[in-house]
Amino acid sequence: MLNQLTISELSGHLAKRQCSAREIAQSCLDQIQRVDNSIQSFLSYDAADTLAQAEQADRALASGITHQQKPLLGVPIALKDVLAVKGQPLGCGSRILEKFVSPYSATVVEKLQSAGAVVFGRLNMDEFAMGSSTENSAFFTTRNPWDTTRIPGGSSGGSAAAVAAQECIATLGSDTGGSIRQPAALCGVVGFKPTYGRVSRYGLVAFASSLDQIGPFTKDVRDAATMLGVISGHDLKDSTSVPEPVPDYVAALDGNIKGLRLGLPKEYFIGGVDPEVSNAVQTAVKQLEKLGAEVVEISLPHTEYAVAVYYIIATAEASANLARFDGIRYGLRVDGPTPAELYGKTRGAGFGAEVKRRIILGTYVLSSGYYDAYYLRAQKVRTLVRQDFLKAFERVDAIVTPTTPTGAFKAGEKTGDPMQMYLSDIFTISCNLAGICGVSLPCGFTSQPKLPIGLQILGKPFGEATVLKLAHAYEQSTPWHRERAKV
Amino acid sequence: MREGHGLLFRAMAATDFDVKYVANLARLTLTPQEEKLFGEQLGQVLGYIEKLKQVDVSNVEPTAHAVPMVNVVRADVVQPSLPNEEALRNAPAKANGLFVVPKIVE
Repeated sequence: MLNQLTISELSGHLAKRQCSAREIAQSCLDQIQRVDNSIQSFLSYDAADTLAQAEQADRALASGITHQQKPLLGVPIALKDVLAVKGQPLGCGSRILEKFVSPYSATVVEKLQSAGAVVFGRLNMDEFAMGSSTENSAFFTTRNPWDTTRIPGGSSGGSAAAVAAQECIATLGSDTGGSIRQPAALCGVVGFKPTYGRVSRYGLVAFASSLDQIGPFTKDVRDAATMLGVISGHDLKDSTSVPEPVPDYVAALDGNIKGLRLGLPKEYFIGGVDPEVSNAVQTAVKQLEKLGAEVVEISLPHTEYAVAVYYIIATAEASANLARFDGIRYGLRVDGPTPAELYGKTRGAGFGAEVKRRIILGTYVLSSGYYDAYYLRAQKVRTLVRQDFLKAFERVDAIVTPTTPTGAFKAGEKTGDPMQMYLSDIFTISCNLAGICGVSLPCGFTSQPKLPIGLQILGKPFGEATVLKLAHAYEQSTPWHRERAKV
Repeated sequence: MREGHGLLFRAMAATDFDVKYVANLARLTLTPQEEKLFGEQLGQVLGYIEKLKQVDVSNVEPTAHAVPMVNVVRADVVQPSLPNEEALRNAPAKANGLFVVPKIVE
């Protein structure tokens, strides 16, 4: 079953001609046929185009191109419905973009294609990446492959579930407050949020521009390192991408973590965390210690304000970014006698409830008389949150925490109470405010029912190699990444 | 933790939040049901974010961006851009190579 393998295993198979890229693509398409009725990761995909790309990869292999030259040659990779691929639909899980076709490709998509990947499919998500469960998708809710009565997390829930259900080999998602790490934790896969500026955002539909980053979902840490190496780098088309050299992330996976210092923030090990989650993370910390890391307690004193800061800054930026969806140049239009009525009716009909709530909140915190009290104050507290991390990183090389307070929750459990939904991101949000990098990887399971638990490792700005090294050493000394959901 | 937060934001719901006024600023036409529901839900969220008032932010500079880069410019050279027909490809209404909009001036 080729769809069950990793990027590194498949590139070995392809190099030795043990299988063809077409066979790999076909086995992913077969798995989608078999399981996607119950998982519902994919909004759409084009099977004929997928196979045609795979055949092109086979021709490249036959002509002598190697995985040294094109590290993803022949590997099927699917995308969150927030990334532009020229000529393909781009909907952001929203009715307002239902018939939109991208006129250009995102930089990350061009990078995947130049690395030889078979880029296919549109993966389900919370509308405009606003949510933690995919229940805000305008189309349907993706299901957790470990328990289909539960949500996969969000907003990149389709991207996480597709990897966990082995419908493709790896995926891309985006992370504004945890939208890669939280679903990765809940689906039992590896999800990496790069440092702000590490990966170009060109062709990523903007939610909160100062927080958004694109990152990979993979079956193991080595594949995450491979994917990150492909998509990283400076891009003239994104003025916030940073001209920082891209190290060889795979070469960093040497298993040697002796002497690395890990910080445990006392504010993250508090009441409200499921005891099974807490135990699994404590056990993981002991394992890292056994492998030679030094563990020290640290303090991130402004942690309790992070969710509040986030819901001011993210909604403020979203209210400005989503002003472009006005029914004039693209997307849905609901006619009205004046432009203002056309805008209002179009946006009223085209956006779902959560998007409307966030646009209203963001508009309010930016409005005259409230700007200083909410938005400016939140930006100042953001400085304090960031300083907490930078201070901690003077003492430690990485910070270890749970990714989420609990395992996957039931579909419908939190939809009526937005504030409860927001608090499920409590451990992932600070990373985006601080602009640092972080990964979630499997570190165990709850017992009844069996649901994955995620370990979060946060690193310094542009400290991806150290985070991957630690994650890889832990992963290779534990059995969790070999467990697969039975779908 | 959950229950604790719940009590906190319910007790501190904001009172001067006019959802209809703000929705109009955002050019969002809401149904009466949405106005009522969003008003209540956002009242709770605003109550929760009141906790930022506890933080001493005197002498703290605001962070707009986590990466300290300013004035990023590229060479002032004309680059290829979207052809007209591509730019109009997704237009809900178009004619003569232009977007069609409701009449603005008589």
